[in-house]
Amino acid sequence: MSEKTIAEMKIAHRVVATHHYEPAPVEKGYANRTLHVNVGTREIKEKPVTNEMKEKFTGGRGFGLWLLWHAVKDTTRWNSDENEIVISPGPLSGITQYPGSGKSLVVAISPVTDQVIDSNVGGYFGPYLKFSGFDALEIQGKADQDVIIVIDGQTGLVTIETAPDEPADTHRLAEVLTHMYAVDEKDMRNVSVVSAGSGADHTLIGCLNFSLWDVRRKGVRVKQAGRGGIGSVLRNKHVKAVVVHAPQVRGDDNHPGDLQEIQATGRKLHREVFQNDSSMERMRMRGTPHLVEVMDAFDLLPVNNFQFGRHDDTKHIASDVWVKWFHQGIPDGCWYGCTLACAKTVEDFALSSGPYRGEAVRVDGPEYETVAGVGSNCGIFDARYILEVNFYCDTYGIDTISWGTLTAFAMECYERGIITKEHTGGLELTFGNIPAALELLHQAARGEGFGRIAGMGVHKMKEHFAAHYGADIAFLNDIGMENKGLEYSQYVSKESLAQQGGYALTNKGPQHDEAWLIFMDMVNKQIPSFEDKAEALYYFPLWRTWFGLNGLCKLPWNDVEPVDNKKKHPPKEAAKVPEHVDNYVRLFNSMTGRSITKEEVILQSKRAYDFQRIFNIRLGKGLRRFDAQPYRAAGPVSVEEYESRADRYDEQLRTEVGLTIDGMSTAEKVAALRKYREARYERLMDAVYERRGWTKNAVPRLETVQMLGIDYPEVVEVVQRHL
Amino acid sequence: MKYVKPHPEKCGFVQACMRACARKTQKSDDLSLSSIVVTQADGGTIDINVCNQCGTCIDICPVTAITRTKSGAVVVNKSLCVGCYSCVEYCPTGSMRTHASRLAPFKCIACGACVEACPAGALELAEGEFEASYLECEQAGEPGATFSKSYF
Ligand code: SF4
Ligand code: SF4
Repeated sequence: MSEKTIAEMKIAHRVVATHHYEPAPVEKGYANRTLHVNVGTREIKEKPVTNEMKEKFTGGRGFGLWLLWHAVKDTTRWNSDENEIVISPGPLSGITQYPGSGKSLVVAISPVTDQVIDSNVGGYFGPYLKFSGFDALEIQGKADQDVIIVIDGQTGLVTIETAPDEPADTHRLAEVLTHMYAVDEKDMRNVSVVSAGSGADHTLIGCLNFSLWDVRRKGVRVKQAGRGGIGSVLRNKHVKAVVVHAPQVRGDDNHPGDLQEIQATGRKLHREVFQNDSSMERMRMRGTPHLVEVMDAFDLLPVNNFQFGRHDDTKHIASDVWVKWFHQGIPDGCWYGCTLACAKTVEDFALSSGPYRGEAVRVDGPEYETVAGVGSNCGIFDARYILEVNFYCDTYGIDTISWGTLTAFAMECYERGIITKEHTGGLELTFGNIPAALELLHQAARGEGFGRIAGMGVHKMKEHFAAHYGADIAFLNDIGMENKGLEYSQYVSKESLAQQGGYALTNKGPQHDEAWLIFMDMVNKQIPSFEDKAEALYYFPLWRTWFGLNGLCKLPWNDVEPVDNKKKHPPKEAAKVPEHVDNYVRLFNSMTGRSITKEEVILQSKRAYDFQRIFNIRLGKGLRRFDAQPYRAAGPVSVEEYESRADRYDEQLRTEVGLTIDGMSTAEKVAALRKYREARYERLMDAVYERRGWTKNAVPRLETVQMLGIDYPEVVEVVQRHL
Repeated sequence: MKYVKPHPEKCGFVQACMRACARKTQKSDDLSLSSIVVTQADGGTIDINVCNQCGTCIDICPVTAITRTKSGAVVVNKSLCVGCYSCVEYCPTGSMRTHASRLAPFKCIACGACVEACPAGALELAEGEFEASYLECEQAGEPGATFSKSYF
């Protein structure tokens, strides 16, 4: 990269707003201030973090929800001026001794769900924001031209600058800005950039890339806040990027109450990873794609738009393939000190399509979700294709999970004749068609052709196909894998009722980070009754919410375990990994100086979780009807799907439904099974809402809100509208 | 490449080496700041734990704060260290040290102060050979860079 070019780009910047501040040290995990930047009015201001905020909302996603709640109106939509992107790291974020402690949480009102979305992301931005003096960054308003926001924690200066000449796509932009704002080579590691890309300009499924400077590869790497179109919100605000330039990290920047306790807890987990990872998930070598063959073996890997759960060609995209592609031998954490180090890369990958054809690039990933989403779910079992799409989605700022699921949906519609070449502009969108799928992605990023329609996401595609192509909306609702407007992530939930709830009874939409209960439920049969499932759908989403309140990664919780975990604890307890729960309680207490118990962990989460539900209700969503799932998530929609697993379904009709099925046609069996499974899901909803202290309409009861201490008048007012 | 090779059978447990190390490397008389650690078990068996300069930690450190000097010693650069302690737990011989008063871990740099101080000749500055770390191979642009180590 030529220095001159970067210097020229820098000269073209015009600083339109500045704000000087005194970077104060973080105390016990909190900077005790947040930063508010309105790129429309060019106002930059600091706000204090109140004790109330810490007590009730902890940090991270909790702070994000609280700040967003106060920034928006009931009528705010994703592209309203007052919509915000809030980035917040959480009090435990920035710990360097405990694996998985450097996450940022992002919230905004989403373009695809029209309600609150939240996303958990690695990269250095969140911890750097905090170490530069802020527990959260609110970005509000709309700039009249492309700007960047620069937060310099080394000098105590925040600026909004026009940035007319920088490239839009992340793999170039993040590299340019890192060079531009680092003082010298050694300082590169202290810069982190948040950006989207040209695809986020033209789609509603834009993601945010959070960068880190890789000292070994001497280049930028990125991790994604993928879900829900936050990248599209960023671009709608005409923000090209946010840059943070932080002081050099030390091991105690959080100034914890008890550093030694944190060090000791971290060392314990390092040792566990060191001793166990190579015989457990081998995350250090394989990253999350270790799941590909596991899911295939259990009939859970989505194939052809979630119709099927396995495929003979899975071996071409299984983990041993990725082990060879991945650049090995480097501790690839997405934050310092993560020895689980699953953030693998592929180096010098030669692109075969699109605007960067022929370039040799670094691909960050793929993760399991990308392999399954853009690969098997689209009937494509080709590693190179997956890498190509992974790279382009990231640099364009497009979410790979949504992209995979919506491409699969379009392909099924094409195969069934719901859409034709006439609609797709000649693209032959059959399952497995690599050139057509690639072209669709590049079109979406350019905002052209059928790609522009695809880029709106499954929910809006369904409406479009029904309104303009005469498609049967009921059928599209059955096969379009979205709930609340968000595309499903990549697990087949048909045989696990609990996971159907784990996906659809969520706040933000069907994303595996809230609950993953398939093994507990379907494989190990540990939660047979509705009450058991409801309990699991109470505990696990709340437990996992806690990672987001604190700026933690979920993976080191249960992708490595103490060797005796399963011996020491009965199965249902073992699933919680009790020793790791103790670690987290200890981390929180040693950081903040408080003394919470593991029960209070759940209470902390519940405050934020129920608040988010009420927030959604305030925005006109959040009620029971929005928790409905597409039938494809619950059972076989079509005759072929039924017949591919006829034994399983016949058996259920006989034993669980108590039908004599002799003489029934497959279509009749499909209908009978559907009736049974849909009724079961309704019962699950009742049981889960009851356990959560909500009404049958999914509204947190007044007593629940009071018990949680979030009974602020404006919150109570929303709840009361529905009681 | 030089490393400190212990001969515990000759050791008289006077811990002269520890005093010399703490003084030389940390300018302190606190024995818990020594990089060489001599312990005596209940039965009287003596154990001398000191880094053999194998360099495993070089590939573990996320920020390349650990490097090998020209003379072969593996050293920690305090100003780059982020205090994550990965190196401490991944050390195959448990020879990376920590102390409440230090954010960065510290270790034997094979300076030989302990060898000189030992009255019993229980320590020796020996010559050793170790497989180059992945980082070293990469930096040297050598094709033979390996990642076959068990911790990946
Ligand atoms: S486990 Fe993976 S995703 Fe989680 S913090 Fe570590 S490197 Fe990042
Ligand atoms: S403690 Fe320091 S020297 Fe050791 S691995 Fe971590 S950053 Fe590197």
